[in-house]
Amino acid sequence: MSSSILARGIPSRSPAEGSLARGIPSRSPAEGSRYAAMEAVFDAIAHPAQVPGPGLAKFSRRRFMQATGIAGGGLMLGFVLKAKPAHATPTALQPNAFLRIDADGILLYAKNPEIGQGVKTSLPMIIAEELDAAWDDVVVRQAPIDGAAFGPQFAGGSMSVPMNWDTLRQAGAAARTMLVAAAARRLRVPPAELSTRDSLVVHAASGKRIAYKDLANAAAEFPVPDASALKLKDRRYYRLLGTRVTGVDNDALVRGQPLFGIDQAVPGMKYAVYQKCPAVGGGVSSFNRDAIAKMPGVRDVFALEGNGKFAELLPGIAIVAGSTWAAIRAKRELKVEWSLDQAAKDSWSDSARKAETLRHVPGEKRVADDGDVDAAFADADTTLDAYYAYRFVSHAQLEPQNCTAWWRDGAVELWAPTQTPDSGIKAVAGVLGIDPSKVTVHQTRIGGGFGRRLYNDFMTEAAAISKRYGGPIKLQWTREDDMSHDLFRAGGFHQLRGSLDAEGRVSGWRDRFITFTHGNGRPVSGGDMSRGVFPAGLLPNCRIEQTALEWKTPCGAWRAPGSNVFGFVVQGFLHELAVAAGRDHLEVLLEVLGGPRWMEEGNIRALHTGRAADVVKLAAKKAGWGRKMPEGRGLGLAFYFSHAGHFAEVADVSVDANRKITVHNVTVAADVGPIINLSGAENQVEGSVVDGLSAMLGQSVTFEEGVVQQSNFESYPMLRMPHTPNVDIHFIDSDYPPTGLGEPALPPLAPAVCNAIYAATGERIRTLPISLEGYSV
Amino acid sequence: MLRLNVNGKVRELSDDEASTPLLWVLRDALGLTGTKFGCGVSICGACTVLLDGEPIRSCSMPASAASGRDVTTIEGLASEDGELTPVQQAWIDLDVAQCGYCQTGQIMGATALLQSNPKPSDDEIDAAMAGNICRCGTYLRIRKAIKQAAGNMGESA
Ligand code: FES
Ligand code: FES
Repeated sequence: MSSSILARGIPSRSPAEGSLARGIPSRSPAEGSRYAAMEAVFDAIAHPAQVPGPGLAKFSRRRFMQATGIAGGGLMLGFVLKAKPAHATPTALQPNAFLRIDADGILLYAKNPEIGQGVKTSLPMIIAEELDAAWDDVVVRQAPIDGAAFGPQFAGGSMSVPMNWDTLRQAGAAARTMLVAAAARRLRVPPAELSTRDSLVVHAASGKRIAYKDLANAAAEFPVPDASALKLKDRRYYRLLGTRVTGVDNDALVRGQPLFGIDQAVPGMKYAVYQKCPAVGGGVSSFNRDAIAKMPGVRDVFALEGNGKFAELLPGIAIVAGSTWAAIRAKRELKVEWSLDQAAKDSWSDSARKAETLRHVPGEKRVADDGDVDAAFADADTTLDAYYAYRFVSHAQLEPQNCTAWWRDGAVELWAPTQTPDSGIKAVAGVLGIDPSKVTVHQTRIGGGFGRRLYNDFMTEAAAISKRYGGPIKLQWTREDDMSHDLFRAGGFHQLRGSLDAEGRVSGWRDRFITFTHGNGRPVSGGDMSRGVFPAGLLPNCRIEQTALEWKTPCGAWRAPGSNVFGFVVQGFLHELAVAAGRDHLEVLLEVLGGPRWMEEGNIRALHTGRAADVVKLAAKKAGWGRKMPEGRGLGLAFYFSHAGHFAEVADVSVDANRKITVHNVTVAADVGPIINLSGAENQVEGSVVDGLSAMLGQSVTFEEGVVQQSNFESYPMLRMPHTPNVDIHFIDSDYPPTGLGEPALPPLAPAVCNAIYAATGERIRTLPISLEGYSV
Repeated sequence: MLRLNVNGKVRELSDDEASTPLLWVLRDALGLTGTKFGCGVSICGACTVLLDGEPIRSCSMPASAASGRDVTTIEGLASEDGELTPVQQAWIDLDVAQCGYCQTGQIMGATALLQSNPKPSDDEIDAAMAGNICRCGTYLRIRKAIKQAAGNMGESA
């Protein structure tokens, strides 16, 4: 959004003139710093430094092509492209860390963690396209963790594609250039007479062709071309990108081969579980150590004190046993006296009561304040008030947390399903008190991320248990452990007021947001509207107020942080205003977006209102917006922009007399730039629709006395096949640089469905999950 | 001593293992980690294996209950020489998986369904597969893959 808004945040008022904070004890700085490392992980991903694009104010295809050489030749990328992995050999062409061609064929390294977002396939596809390798000739291997060779290696913020788009294309183009040079020398023709295709260099004039694998040795003798000298392909000539490619692990997956963290095994490995205080932060006073030690299969049982940091090592009791089951069985017999003075006392019902009071008074801070909202309300033809609220949710990725760790000779080796291996290394080193160079992490496939595995508590626990036990262990969390010790998506409350002028245009908007804080002077991850949230920047008069309630249980990034709930609130309320104005929702939405422009000068990853309007119109057209619907059935529209992805969705929903809903179809229109792997892209959108629906229908985590009240899927339901809507997907295959698809399709889903329920019934939903208002599938 | 017949091979188990849920015997004692742990309480289907051809939740059944019966896990679906079943092949053709963690259970469930009902309708597929959670939301593709596999099995029959 407009950077001018961001700069104009109004400083916090003192408690005397402010509205809240009264009665809430302040925490010492030490308390806040317990969250510092955890929140740094989120910041690094939510606002990364190396995003391509900023500086290209008026983007055009031509300028982008010219600029890539410069952007790509930057310090970080050039450095990465020159570094070779330690195992480089002289008999292979290995111009950079990302690929290796030898007599056996073409090997591409997938650099980032695979959490189901498809990057183990899509990132190597980018290399293969520029290399002109036939995809069938390619073998993909997961890269080792080596920041010097590969640059940042994490899965988060839908950043894998945008952050690697230039680097990987250059990696492929560099190798292709060297292969062509080698072929030119061998055939004694100028390189310009040669072309490449399907892992071959072709000399059209003579009809001669040489396979890459037969040129690899010779090509390795040529200097690696400078990234700025490389000519990248024009999109018109893409053969692989934009097609449907099946995942590179699919064969191994359907055979049940050991790919995941939970499948890892090392010689002599034992199995461990770790019991922490149900109220996060509580310590161990005493427990029935002797009884547990005597249980069958148990090898060791001990308490760990922890390092006091959330998402690192909290206090608990470790049990090491000869099998996972022996460890779980023993854990069930644990009788622990917890010391609760440091433990969370969080209560959802308390927070909801506080919010009920706070919503009637001005917020603590104004994080956006354009125009004169008060005047707009005073002059308005109509004003409208509404109170929206949503609960905490859990990530509930299907593979419960686990990690295999082997402490030996002052160093530790880990096999970890982590989204952030880099920060995992730092956390483990810190907890064990060793140098990060003594920590080796192997990337495994990951059974779902959704943001949970940005935080590496399972790694530090496994490392600490292995060190104390003195041998290799696999730490296994149960589902119940997972649900009680997540880094939750925070709940929140929004008191909204909107106004309409005499022409029925939205003239003012105020969002009084009540969020949470860990007492460290900032809102929790994903609970901050200060970076500009729709419709800030789009309306002449718009104010966002923000007030934070104290909350101890750590909150973290959950798929499309912030957007996943703000979308529901703002796109629902905009529909309310359109209804109040007696106008068509589509027309009002397009009017608010206004003429085509970038919302942040010089940032091509910002919202562009023209791209937004295009997806909104496309979704409406494909869904048959405006058509007459049968009784009890309606269409609902919503737009949201996040992670540089523009998405509009239209839901087609029926509601029966018992508030049972059927989502028949969701039409999705998206502009995420060029599509890398069409199959993977569609899969992400289908999954986001299911995830969005699953969360809005019945997912809610509540706390009393700091203890999570849900424990497994019986109290935290997941959408199942019979309730899955059809998903109709339309990508605008634009020329803007691509962005990732793990997240931005999710935020418009809930408001589109709730707006459709309104269209079908006239009943407005302002609470998530909607089961709280009596709806079900 | 308990004998278990897993994927056509006889395995001997200790008494302690006999009372252990089949899931953990498969994963830890036999090294067959293709069968997954999701909830441990029969709600997610990740641990589905076939017992005499019927889908069961291995997290909630002691290994002893499988004594004298045929257990088939995901590792036992392909033929000796590695040829995939139509169900497995359809999963690759349609690129069903996202994270892939639930897919063992989905494939075992689909295999059992098509054995008892070679031409299931959409509703029959939904009913048979409703016990399997896919947290990533690949249900549309699972349904399609089951239909494709049904078609291919029909042709080869
Ligand atoms: S692990 Fe057995 S049903 Fe979930
Ligand atoms: S593919 Fe991830 S849980 Fe199904």
